[in-house]
This record gives sequence, C-alpha cells and structure tokens, in this order.
Amino acid sequence: MKFDEEFDVIIIGAGPAGLKCALELAKRNVNVLIVDRKQQIGSPKRCGEGLSERWFKYLEDIPKGSDWIKQKITGVYVFSPSKKMLEIDTERIGKIGYIIERQQFEKRLAEVAIRYGAKLMLKTNVYDLILENGYVKGIVANYFDEEIKIRSKIVVAADGVDSKIPRIVGINTALNPYEFASSFQYEMANVKLYNPNYIEIYFSSKYAPGGYVWIFPKGKDVANVGLGVRNAEKSAKYYLDLFIKDNIERFKNSSPIEINAGVVPVTKPIDKLVYNGLIIIGDSARMAHPLHGGGIGISLEAATIAAEIVSKAIKHEDFSEKFLKEFERKWYEIRGKELLKAYKFRRFLERLSDEHLDILADIFIDNPNLIIDITHGKKFEAFLKILTRKAPKLLKLATAILKI
Amino acid sequence: MAIRVKREVCCYCGGCSAVCPRNALDLIDTYLYIRKDLCIMCKNCIKVCPLKAIEVVE
Repeated sequence: MKFDEEFDVIIIGAGPAGLKCALELAKRNVNVLIVDRKQQIGSPKRCGEGLSERWFKYLEDIPKGSDWIKQKITGVYVFSPSKKMLEIDTERIGKIGYIIERQQFEKRLAEVAIRYGAKLMLKTNVYDLILENGYVKGIVANYFDEEIKIRSKIVVAADGVDSKIPRIVGINTALNPYEFASSFQYEMANVKLYNPNYIEIYFSSKYAPGGYVWIFPKGKDVANVGLGVRNAEKSAKYYLDLFIKDNIERFKNSSPIEINAGVVPVTKPIDKLVYNGLIIIGDSARMAHPLHGGGIGISLEAATIAAEIVSKAIKHEDFSEKFLKEFERKWYEIRGKELLKAYKFRRFLERLSDEHLDILADIFIDNPNLIIDITHGKKFEAFLKILTRKAPKLLKLATAILKI
Repeated sequence: MAIRVKREVCCYCGGCSAVCPRNALDLIDTYLYIRKDLCIMCKNCIKVCPLKAIEVVE
C-alpha cells in the first residue's frame, strides 16, 4: 500500500524509536508516515530484548499482559573472569525489568500508532532526501521497484544502527569499528537456568574479549544466550559456541530456536542531532547505553522528546535547525550527559585485565548499589574514593579517564 | 582486491554497513548490496562482522 500525499512528518525506520515517535505525533493529530525498508517489522531482531521497568512510562498506550512481555527480571548475577559471583537483588532497591518479545513489541507499538492515525509503508527503501534551499523536504525511495517521492515538513531519521540518512546532509554516522560490540546470540530452548528471574552477565577475556556474555531468560527454560566482543581475533559466533561448549551441563539438551547477529553501538551519541527539517533519534544517533548496549528505553524517551519538539515546530511553522536545536539541548540534558559519563566508564573498563576485573568484582560485591549508580553515570567520586583504599593501582587510570 | 560476502554465513545484521565510511555496503532486508566502486578496502566491515562473513578476494 502506497501513501504518496504530502505529510507533516515522515519517519524513516519502524523500530522502537520511529514507531514511538509516530505514535506520539499521531496522538497530537500530526499527519505522519513511517517507512521501513524491511517487509516485516521487528525481525530479524538484533537485540537481547531487555527492558527496564523505568521505561514503561513511555508505553502507557500499549496493552500490557499481552504477548510481548515474556519474563519479569528481579536481579542480576554478574560473574567476574575467575567466576566470582556478584548477586544484585535489583527488586530490593526498587528496580525490576522485563525480557520482551521484540517482534510482538514492535507490532503492538505499530498497531497503536496506526490506530491514532499514523500511516506505515513497508518495503520502502529511502535512498535520498528531497532537499530545497538547505531544508529537508521529504524522501526519495524505492517501493517495489518504483521510484517514489513523498514530501513532508520534517523528516525523522530513526534508521537504526546502519543509519545512512543523516550522511546525506553531511552528518557522519559511520564510526570506528571498535566503537561497536560485534554481537551474536542464540535464543535457546530447554536451557538450565539458575533462576528465571535473574539475568546473567559474564566478564571474561576468554569468552567475550572487550565485551560480555549475557543470558536473558524469556521463560523458565528459554533464554537469549549471547555475547558482544570488540577488537577480537575470532568471530562473535566462535566465542559463543566456545562458551556454550565449556558450560555444556546447562545446554546439553537445548537447541537454538532463533539465531541473531548484530552490532551494538557502545559509543557516545552523535553531537549533532538536528538539521534544517531533520531530526535524528535512536540507534541512528547512537543512543544506546555504552556500558550494557541497551537502547530500547533510551530510544522511546528520545522519540517522545522529539515528538514534542516536532509538533511544536509544526505549530510555529519553523523547521529550521535553530528551532529544532531545542531537541538536541533537551535530550542531552535529560539523557545524553549521563551516557557521556557512562561512556567514560566503559573506556576505563576496557583497559582492565581479567585480574583487575576481579578486583573490581570484590569492590562491587561489597557495594552492590554502586554498580547501578555508575551505570547511570553517578557516584564516580565515591568510586574513586573506594579505589584509593582498596585498589590504589587502578586509581591513576581511573582518575585519568573518569575525571576528564 | 575486493571484498565479498559469504551469503551462506551472513546473518543480516547490517554491522558492516554501519562502519563503512564510504556507503559501499547497504543491507536491505536480508540482502547485502556491495558497491565495489566505492569500497576503499579499509576492512572495517571485516573487523566488525559477528560471523566473519566478509572476506577479501583477489
């Protein structure tokens, strides 16, 4: 189905960022079209499917208790390289999360957006933008081998990790390959889980150089078992197969029901999020958490902020970069700054040997809340103080990276 | 020299395209398009591919 009238807003990419932005705009009676080059949204997933409950405030329109929430998560087991276990009961400190079914989640988001009045076109590959007098004025796309041009007042680039759209107006989204975690995952059935309410994280240079292994339960014996590596010698798949082989007692009678690959941005968000007639959100703008790679919640939030500014721009009939800058300022204030701090901590972590990571594990075992605060870009000073006492040899490095 | 994708190995993640500085790679649904004329052989795609599905051929 083709929609080629003029729209207020065209959103490129029907992932969590694009769909949420469309939903919020349609709700405000903005005439919005979402396009995606795939023929099915939400699949193949490139995702571990974790979503913290704190982001659910952005999902009030989506029916709960439906098929997209798979498993409640109340804690984390973190394993250090020497298999020291750090157990964090996150429910006790009021933090719970869910493992979701990404494809169903995106479909539910799309359904609600469409009910509010948004239009969606699949198999529509945007390869150029309509540019007039330095303003983005719409898209040029291939739709079933037909060139189509659709005009709009604003374009939202939510085109994901392999984003190309911002490059058309000179915003370079291509990054150093070491700023991505090269990731591979099996969704596996009949896995022996320690506790279906706990996710498991393993740090180890043997199994996940430059990254970590995760086990995210999707039920009592179903889980996403995956890992991300950086600057590694072998393929991500090689390391995951090795991890499974070395932990065979847990996977002996299990098999994958899905194979997933992906690259996760564990970098800083891009500096420039707007251009005349264009806003960039989600993975496209590298809005994922540099420490754990999670990006669904961050994208939902950014999409909500973007929708607010975009609808304001439409009301004021001002689509200039200057006007849209409010989005950049606001998002950096609410989330971007925190991600920049977390990025620093990632830079610190990647410099540590397995032996150092074990020292860190001891510190976090004594201070379980600290690891959560640090993930949120907080308590760096407290962390440095603890290092002074407990791991002075890490202090110099930590101070140099975290304080700049 | 040129790069080539082993289609039997590719899992359609688009990672190669994300790190390509010259827009030489584009994943559309499950098909990876390679523009050999744009490729500068920086091998970023080879470094990041989770499957090592991209190789250099003579």
